[in-house]
Amino acid sequence: MADTLLRPRRPRALRPLRWRAPSPRARTAVVGVLLAVVVLAYLFAFVRGSFEYALHRRLTMLGAMLVAGFAQSVATVLFQSVTRNRVLTPSIMGLDSVYVLVQTALVVVWGGRVLTATDGLAKVVVQTLVMVAFATVLFRWLFTARWGNLNVLLLVGVTLGMAFDSLATFLQRVLSPTDYDLLSLRLFARMNSVDAASLPLALGVCVLAGWFVARRVHRLDVLQLGRDVATNLGLDHRRELTTVLVVVSVLIALSTALVGPMTFFGFIAATVARQLVGSERHVHLLPMAFLFGTLLLVGLQFVLEHVFAASGMLTVVLDVVGGGLFLVLLLRKGRL
Amino acid sequence: MITVDGVSTSYGGTTVLGPVSLRFPDHGITSLIGSNGAGKSTLLTTVGRLLVPDTGSVVLDGPDGPLDVHATRSRDVATALAVLRQENHFDLRLTVRELVSFGRFPHSRGRPGAEDERLVDQALDLLDLLDLQQRPIDQLSGGQRQRAHVAMVLAQDTRYVLLDEPLNNLDMKHAVRMMRRLRRAADDLGKSVVMVVHDVNFAARWSDHLIALRDGEVVAQGTPREMMRPRVLEAVFDTPVDVHEIDGRPVAVYFG
Repeated sequence: MADTLLRPRRPRALRPLRWRAPSPRARTAVVGVLLAVVVLAYLFAFVRGSFEYALHRRLTMLGAMLVAGFAQSVATVLFQSVTRNRVLTPSIMGLDSVYVLVQTALVVVWGGRVLTATDGLAKVVVQTLVMVAFATVLFRWLFTARWGNLNVLLLVGVTLGMAFDSLATFLQRVLSPTDYDLLSLRLFARMNSVDAASLPLALGVCVLAGWFVARRVHRLDVLQLGRDVATNLGLDHRRELTTVLVVVSVLIALSTALVGPMTFFGFIAATVARQLVGSERHVHLLPMAFLFGTLLLVGLQFVLEHVFAASGMLTVVLDVVGGGLFLVLLLRKGRL
Repeated sequence: MITVDGVSTSYGGTTVLGPVSLRFPDHGITSLIGSNGAGKSTLLTTVGRLLVPDTGSVVLDGPDGPLDVHATRSRDVATALAVLRQENHFDLRLTVRELVSFGRFPHSRGRPGAEDERLVDQALDLLDLLDLQQRPIDQLSGGQRQRAHVAMVLAQDTRYVLLDEPLNNLDMKHAVRMMRRLRRAADDLGKSVVMVVHDVNFAARWSDHLIALRDGEVVAQGTPREMMRPRVLEAVFDTPVDVHEIDGRPVAVYFG
């Protein structure tokens, strides 16, 4: 009783006017409609010259953005949920570094022209497989070891990533300037030089991954309560964790092999999607992350192309924005 | 009945428990008592399969016959046994009701029906959380959060409920209320509650059976009346203890 007296009374007249927060479904629908509008605008607005050529080129880029948007956003949400950490991104596992090292090694051995000469479906597949193999070996090794746990896994991932980066940097030093130029183009994500032939496969993998993840949305909710609670509720924690991490690495590897490394994009998509959807349940969170992530990519690309005439700057802008967001979140939270 | 047979558990090469063989009686409240580091929590969490023992087995009466806790699918164990650790912290914006509803996951697999909602209501009611059910858990006091977690494992509707120090963070009023609620869960809902309790007087007042551990081994067990004797308690806690009769109940005095 005493505490009701001490507590300042809220103005009662305002109560009935209080705006009720829209449901997660409604919010997702809004973002979905926005995405549809932006996609249509991106495909059909401001066409100069041949309509057919423009449409073909734009469709290819749209496909690449769909794959990257889906893979990075979904993978980041999954990764943050199983690690129970909202400031991590899957790039901490060192997959980007594997990609950079493989690209660099190719150029060192066969020269800069090998990059364009070998482009195609086979290369995307092989690169994806190399990265997935790396991740799977890492998981198997670390989760079967008696002392293995998630933190050790992340630490080893970071360390290996740094080692690969250093090795790649060293190799880049010995390249000729031309080779280095050709290589450095590949080390930024690019939507405009994606090979259309690999898109159907990439989109297929995304659909498959989406179906696989959709079947375990409820298990993901439980998984983010932590090992003990998840075990009590009947999950085989280690198996679920490994499965999710393998899905994450397939998605990240695919997106990286297709469009190149994107450090902060997944982080932006996951963080903003969590805020927008206002629910911790994956059944709401994952669609929102996919829709918002893709909206961000397509919308930004549209603006960059037609307002700033800087279509190649997408990842640079994303990294700057994402890095800023990361710092803001870290400072507000005060810890990792 | 939970049968613990030759169980030993170690952390990083140091054996902290066992080998221990004992039986937890069915029905009522069984409390594990002992000093810090005696292995109470280790025993409880090993029985609850959150720790994997180096040797031995834990078998309980499942819905369809005996069930080896560590050899059975976690999913099947989760409908027979619920276990709650001492510290449960997560950065999630869940409401109390959402948290308690997770207790139904082993049965509903994420798609709760009317029966699930009823059991969630029952657990919320038992722990006096109905008024708080829409409150986000990060806005609760430590004691309220503790209650919400206990409600979650009760909503799991298992025959066995294992609780690691459910009285932690609770002041005397709430500690008494918690014990009264657990007593109701045991008496009215027919659950077997096993818990670690630090305060031997609380344990003796509310339990049917006490099991005392020291240095990773069971040193004594029995009814509260059998256990609340100076010689027994001194052997368990390695400190001078007097036992006085107050209002017909044994009370240990150990404040030095």
